Amino acid sequence: MTTSRSAKCEISFSVNGERKSVRVYPMERLLDVLREELNLTGTKEGCGEGECGACSVLIDGVLVDSCLIPMGQLAAANITTIEGMASNSRFARLRDAFLECGGAQCGICTPGMILAAAHLLERNPAPSFDEIREGLSGNLCRCTGYIQIIEAVAEAARRIGAK
Amino acid sequence: MKSNPADYELFAPESLRTAVSMMAENPRQWMPIAGGTDVMVQYAAGVLKSRKLLSLWNLAELRRIEVLANEVRIGAASTYTDIRRNEMLGCEFPLLVRAASWTGGIANQNRGTLGGNIVNASPAADSLPALLVYEAELILASAGGERRVAYVDFHTGYKKMQLAPDELIRAVCLPRGAAGYLSYARKVGARNAQAISKVAIAALAKVEESMISDVRIALGSVAPIPIRLRETERFVRGKGLDAAMIGAARKAAISEIQPIDDIRSTARYRSTVVGNLVQEFLQSLGANR
Amino acid sequence: MLYGATVRSRIPRGRIKKITFGPAVDWREYVVVSAQDIPGKNYIALIEDDQPCLADGAVNHPEEPILLLAHPDRHALPKAVAAIEIEYEALPAIFSIDESERKDQIIWREDNIFKSFLIEKGDVDGVWAKADYIVEGEYFTGAQEQLYIETNGMIAAFEEHKGITVWGSLQCPYYVHKALMALFGLTEDKVRVVQTETGGAFGGKEEYPSMIAAHASLLAMKSGRPVKMIYGRAEDMAATTKRHPSRTRHRTAVSKQGKILGGEIEFVIDGGAYATLSSVVLSRGTIHAGGPYYWPSVRIRTKAVATNVPPHGAFRGFGAPQALFAMERHIEKIARTVNLTSDEVRRRNFLRPGQTTTTEQVIKEPIDLVKLLDRGLELADYQAKRKRFARQNLSSARKSGLGIGAFLHGAGFTGSGERYLSSVVGVEGAADGGVTVLVSSTEFGQGTNTVLCQIAAQALGLPYDDVTIAQPDTSEVPNSGPTVASRTAMVVGNLVASAALGVKQTLIATGKLHQNYTAGEFRAACREFVATRGKLQSLARYESPEGIFWDDQKYRGEAYAAFAWAVYVAEVTADLSTYSVTVNDFVALQEVGRVINPVLARGQIIGGVAQGIGFALYEKVEWRDGRMANSQMTNYIIPTSADMPTIRVFFEELGNQHGAFGAKGIGELPMDGPAPAIVNAIEDALGVPFDSAPLLPEEILSVMTSHAANAESESPAGVR
Repeated sequence: MTTSRSAKCEISFSVNGERKSVRVYPMERLLDVLREELNLTGTKEGCGEGECGACSVLIDGVLVDSCLIPMGQLAAANITTIEGMASNSRFARLRDAFLECGGAQCGICTPGMILAAAHLLERNPAPSFDEIREGLSGNLCRCTGYIQIIEAVAEAARRIGAK
Repeated sequence: MKSNPADYELFAPESLRTAVSMMAENPRQWMPIAGGTDVMVQYAAGVLKSRKLLSLWNLAELRRIEVLANEVRIGAASTYTDIRRNEMLGCEFPLLVRAASWTGGIANQNRGTLGGNIVNASPAADSLPALLVYEAELILASAGGERRVAYVDFHTGYKKMQLAPDELIRAVCLPRGAAGYLSYARKVGARNAQAISKVAIAALAKVEESMISDVRIALGSVAPIPIRLRETERFVRGKGLDAAMIGAARKAAISEIQPIDDIRSTARYRSTVVGNLVQEFLQSLGANR
Repeated sequence: MLYGATVRSRIPRGRIKKITFGPAVDWREYVVVSAQDIPGKNYIALIEDDQPCLADGAVNHPEEPILLLAHPDRHALPKAVAAIEIEYEALPAIFSIDESERKDQIIWREDNIFKSFLIEKGDVDGVWAKADYIVEGEYFTGAQEQLYIETNGMIAAFEEHKGITVWGSLQCPYYVHKALMALFGLTEDKVRVVQTETGGAFGGKEEYPSMIAAHASLLAMKSGRPVKMIYGRAEDMAATTKRHPSRTRHRTAVSKQGKILGGEIEFVIDGGAYATLSSVVLSRGTIHAGGPYYWPSVRIRTKAVATNVPPHGAFRGFGAPQALFAMERHIEKIARTVNLTSDEVRRRNFLRPGQTTTTEQVIKEPIDLVKLLDRGLELADYQAKRKRFARQNLSSARKSGLGIGAFLHGAGFTGSGERYLSSVVGVEGAADGGVTVLVSSTEFGQGTNTVLCQIAAQALGLPYDDVTIAQPDTSEVPNSGPTVASRTAMVVGNLVASAALGVKQTLIATGKLHQNYTAGEFRAACREFVATRGKLQSLARYESPEGIFWDDQKYRGEAYAAFAWAVYVAEVTADLSTYSVTVNDFVALQEVGRVINPVLARGQIIGGVAQGIGFALYEKVEWRDGRMANSQMTNYIIPTSADMPTIRVFFEELGNQHGAFGAKGIGELPMDGPAPAIVNAIEDALGVPFDSAPLLPEEILSVMTSHAANAESESPAGVR
């Protein structure tokens, strides 16, 4: 019995503002294509089942877990990874706040946390602590216990609002 | 990641019409995938049975929420975020919006769909008890046309449903008329977010002159499918709110369910908690009069 | 590069009868490694050298590695693993401490016992007659998964002339180095281990990486190509080490003033199928079993026993959380028995300076635990809230309570351990005038890089940015010991300071740098030295302080160079409609010698408290025939951001003559307090004692139901 093999296809999309075209099987995971085809290793695999959020990216500005996205659904999509956040207006404040407040320890959850925080602040510029908790509840961290991350996001929000 | 992408096809049709004709032309070949929050987990675990996936993600006809005079039609590929954002749903169908907010984290809510939740048919699915108490109807589409099924009849057994191999859910219809009902819902999970429910309850009641004129109670995670507590409802309907009635209703609820011991919880815990929540629901009606 | 995968045992115990490679796979495409391919000795060198690298005939736990496969396409591996059929002759397996003790099955050496300890202090047998009360209790803790967000991973390369190089996510490069030398029969210059950026560890990457490094290396050797092995989450959870489950039995002689006169403590941990680090975990649990209390006499009998589950291993706290959970639950029982408040019983029994611990170590520092407790209670508003809750609880289905966890944590290796490690640290002046720290101590989020650079900078009077730290690479850095036991800031930091001073002294001795130099002058002198004379490096080796005495036979003496002390207070609410417990507020107060970096220190405490909350309320391993059945993040539950209470962290500093700039170790300390504080709080809220962790709602319901049933059956007939 032979399994009929699928065919690779050409998928064009943009990553961090750059047009990309990859030749991949449609059921390859976005996470793997980012890391292995495009060498964007800032996006991490923590669980492969959409629980830990370490693989978070933005697709058309919307926060998703890239381990759950098949390439075949991404024609013409605009993807932002942590590498692309440098041009995000909120990023510098988030980065500084994370550094000052101890929001990163080992750093593995940090790319996902930053993306989830940026996604939250775009929609809710002055979130309460509970709203920040909810916004980050899909991103697991094992090092920090979350408190200094939440404080960092709150501080970043204050600074962004104060400018 | 236990599956080999080379073994899988995924096709993204441009329209619903293309999708249903493909399913008609190739019976039992194509498995629909919308947001992928269930299918991709099975895929990564190496347990996805189908090798051919038909993407319904972001098809416009499946992702709109239409408000009509007598019902709201939620496109089956509406995400939980779409549902949470919809003000009208928040006003008239708060239990569904609340269930959407309980499903996974923000990233899951941005991709997970109502149709996917229904078809994946986990007895623990968060939205399904709300659909039962709102007495939802499903519009099923195929190349041959459309038909409507009462949601309460849709699930026939564990992961078995009234969905022909060439059919998709097109929309979930919620009859408007639950205004004036008091509503109650709770999800009991292992933690405050991103938890699969151990017990989930959604309930509506109409209280007129200290008497419960109508009541609807639905539970998840206590049977192979989400269920309405018909016996308990029959008992409660028409009664006044007193401690004796509530105690008896509690017992009736426990006797209507068949919870199991599984990796997440125990039958005994589920039974006891169901009793507690039905009691809490009925007691809250007294307070909200 | 090839990718590697592991074929693992499906049964808990038995013999391999036959291995069949299925027909649907073209095996020529794969590299296959079995125990026969091991050039040196087939074990992972650690302490007992009993754990095979690959099973050779006998299997002793589910997930035990049997074969290794490699292939250029990693997607081709899962189906190949699934296509290998292994026939076993199953043997009866044991899964609990009780079964192991019964010895119906002997699964390890002669008696299933990896290690045992006995501590005897004072006249234990004489106290019972003097006791007003004899209080007994039995306490349990379950396994806990470290759940670092980055799974175990390793890349290995093998070249005939160079030997083996591995790059991986790990805590202890020299542990891996030692293990690979033994496995391959290679000399130390033919093995090179490099730590890559590591996404969390918590002890879970202390000993386990030697196993995955061995596997990747064997595949690399056999194939002649570099091999990458990254575990999937389910494999990592099911196959690698977890915290040792424990059972503790206390029997205590108590006076009616609530003073401990003496007692017996029996502490047993489940080590899984092979010894790994169980003897050391046991050691720490043994020494901490008496808590922060004065025991005039005590007998502490402890053992680590074998079961047919994947070997348990290091996890933050390392035996202390288990033993301290029992002690802090038991002190509550003592208080109930003598009818005093538990805070008062603690006050009356706390160790005071001049008194001796259970190992007869004299407390020499001016620690005032009564004052620490009082401060902790004040910060938590303990007395007022308890009164208020007692009233409110009467008429609410949501019952609140407060609980205390008072404890100590010894930092560094036990007794003569640090002398045995004989750690070496280097500091080197760089060509650009900056300074580099050379240690094998690794960064995995706890702040090694930052703190050691701070210490070097401070020792030399240089700005922090002038100091760098080398990537831990066994071909480049000396062995500063494993990154474990909360020793890095305290012990290694001290050596960094010494080595830094060595560099300073060398430069001053050249006459080109005077004593009160500026940073710019230092840089210039350093640059010149390196340009004209070459290498500017100073090494510092650990020297045991004078007057530290430890008897390994009697387990008596100075167990640790320093203890940190803590009082944690948890406030919880139990919802009796769902039996779920929420922690509303948490006070973490600790004396830590000296806080080197306030933000990092607070982060360590909060992170440890979060893991402790998981240990107390959420993290239950569901065992089925020796295998972890809930090996997914979706059903092994750790707290999310939505589950964390307010955590208020406070430090006190008494200094520490044996630690860098007065620091004591703090990495593991916060793991010890939360579980007992929370379970004590739950008992306070519900009026029912609970003797195990984790305490899930199902267990709370079960205990409350049988407690109510017992209460009913005990009430005299006719009395309602």
